[in-house]
Amino acid sequence: MTGALAFDIAHMLAGGLVLASFMLLYQDRLHGLVNTYALHALVLTASVAWQAWAQGAPHLYITALVALVFKALVIPLALHRIIRRLGIHRDIENAVGTGLTMLTGMGLVALSMVVMLRVTAEADPLAREDLAMALAVVLLGLLMMVTRRNAIGQVVGFMSLENGLVLAAAGARGMPLVVEISVAFSVLVAFIVIGIVLFRIRERFDTVDVGALDDFRGERR
Amino acid sequence: MSGFPFDATVAVLVVPAVAAAVLALLPGYRAAARVNVLASLTTFLAALSLFAGGEGEAGNYLFVDELNIVFIVLNTFVGFTASVFSAGYIRHELEMGRISPANLRFYHAMYQTMMFGMNLAFVANNIGLMWVAVELATLTTVLMVGLYRTHEALEAAWKYFILGSVGIALALFGTILVYMAAQPVVGEGNDAMVWTRLVEAAAGFDPGLLNLAFVFLLIGYGTKVGLAPLHAWLPDAHAEGPTPISAVLSGLLLNVALYAVLRFKILLAASPGALAPGPLMVGMGLVSLVFAAFMLYRRRDIKRLFAYSSIEHMGIIVFAFGMGGPLANFAGLLHMVMHSLTKSAIFYCVGHIAQIRGTQKLAEISGVTVTHPALGWAFLVGVAAIAGLPPMGVFMSEFLIVTSTFAAAPLLAVPLVAGLVVAFGALTMRATGIAFGAPPENRPAGEAPGLAAYLPIYAHLALVLAAGLYLPPALVGWFRHVAGILG
Repeated sequence: MTGALAFDIAHMLAGGLVLASFMLLYQDRLHGLVNTYALHALVLTASVAWQAWAQGAPHLYITALVALVFKALVIPLALHRIIRRLGIHRDIENAVGTGLTMLTGMGLVALSMVVMLRVTAEADPLAREDLAMALAVVLLGLLMMVTRRNAIGQVVGFMSLENGLVLAAAGARGMPLVVEISVAFSVLVAFIVIGIVLFRIRERFDTVDVGALDDFRGERR
Repeated sequence: MSGFPFDATVAVLVVPAVAAAVLALLPGYRAAARVNVLASLTTFLAALSLFAGGEGEAGNYLFVDELNIVFIVLNTFVGFTASVFSAGYIRHELEMGRISPANLRFYHAMYQTMMFGMNLAFVANNIGLMWVAVELATLTTVLMVGLYRTHEALEAAWKYFILGSVGIALALFGTILVYMAAQPVVGEGNDAMVWTRLVEAAAGFDPGLLNLAFVFLLIGYGTKVGLAPLHAWLPDAHAEGPTPISAVLSGLLLNVALYAVLRFKILLAASPGALAPGPLMVGMGLVSLVFAAFMLYRRRDIKRLFAYSSIEHMGIIVFAFGMGGPLANFAGLLHMVMHSLTKSAIFYCVGHIAQIRGTQKLAEISGVTVTHPALGWAFLVGVAAIAGLPPMGVFMSEFLIVTSTFAAAPLLAVPLVAGLVVAFGALTMRATGIAFGAPPENRPAGEAPGLAAYLPIYAHLALVLAAGLYLPPALVGWFRHVAGILG
């Protein structure tokens, strides 16, 4: 019985992450976007912590803690700060309409379910469902990066994609800690890099709209 | 003797790491450039000593086999010559005021960090560690590409960062899938990520999972190889960063990602139920080759021109490895080495030419052989080599690839040869425009670089020429053995 319950809860949390990814897709204000990302990270934390308990793998609690502290608290706070300092909180910045984005997102989720469930027919069912959901989160993250014109929107899309990867890594039973820490670490490094880039973009262009960058393509004269 | 190769393996990693720390603290660009050259030379010598050591015991994290020795030696050699080129190049950029001394300290520290990341990716015996190393090399190059802080450099760095991150994220998903496939057979924990164990047990892996993993890995690492249609970052990153970095990107970083793809290709080949990775690689390779060959005609920027040529050649190499078999693998390996040497030599020339003329625009560069004969002719020889003219080494490897394709699948040889010919036309047209004609009158002809600046160019071209004329039997035997491993 506990096995079935553990499975159901893991399933629910992973599904919650996919839902949070959908919520990210339709946010059209930056502060709302960042708040939704914090929620995304919270769901990830719960999901990883549940996996840690269900698999009896204490090292996953560290991954959950990293997700909680960095992704749900530090990074959203920093992003809010950047948004306020740049004064871009009113920007509406979707390149593609919400309806079309949501429909595409549904298609991607269906695709990842079909692909993963068919391929992993023989794998452990818990890992299998988790992996399918994780792939959906990764694809939705990619979709978000494509549909956002604003640098911060793309960064959030990328980080939600990384959350999907962490979910996949946590679902893989006994995956060495090395990788999880590296993922968490890479998010941090990525954030620093992005921070620098953002700063330089601001310094040069007075905007973080990536569309403005297109004007400077080297091939054009 | 058995402990010896392990020491050299560690040295290949420790020297760049220590040098990066020293360079981060060292003020003064002259001393920093010297330390950079010295550290790169030491790393290269350590890599050479790997040959003497033979194969050591494969550890859980690091190992050396016949395949990665080739990559490490090539990597450290080009890393060394690029550091020599960089010393002269950087002095000029500093005088022109394009870089500040503080930026330069950062540049040198990043250079060694990048070398560390690339070497780590080669010697890693753990697919997770390899992924981390590739990510490290990517992040450092992103920072280097953005070094000039111009509009174009920022756009290039941003594009490279986003596409590169998506690529490595997909590669990580593929890595996790490989672990999932391995875990029921090898057991939980670290063992299921150790490369040598994976290959031994690959026959028992779930083929479906492995197939899916390879698709993610090919797309993920393939983005970093610069395969079309995931190449968008490559021309910008090459054109807007400092030229030594363009040379390193083209000659080395693309190889790192290629090496990762090859490792997983071997894994797939060892699992009988899995799909043959060949057709996927052949398809992506051909598309990249033909696409890049046509794009060469529309370039207006000299560094972009050769960036597209890199896409073309990576396409050829991936195509050759995709064809598989002893001959095509041999040719692919040879072509990879030849391309790295030739393309970095060309970028060294291009760096000097762009500095002399003060522009990267093709329309404003002409008559280099008139004003600077030594540089102009070296450049022409390099372009002739990369375009595939005999007697250079690139001709030989391309010839081997074409003949082996005719033998195995004649229909595939048609687009291959067509792509080669189209690219040949574009490169010849552009190169004659750059090398001959009247030098532009309104631009002052810059000072000729000193002899030291020519040494890396001549060394590379001499090696390429020598390989075209005569390959030592020991080297042929070695490559043949590696080609056998690649399956």
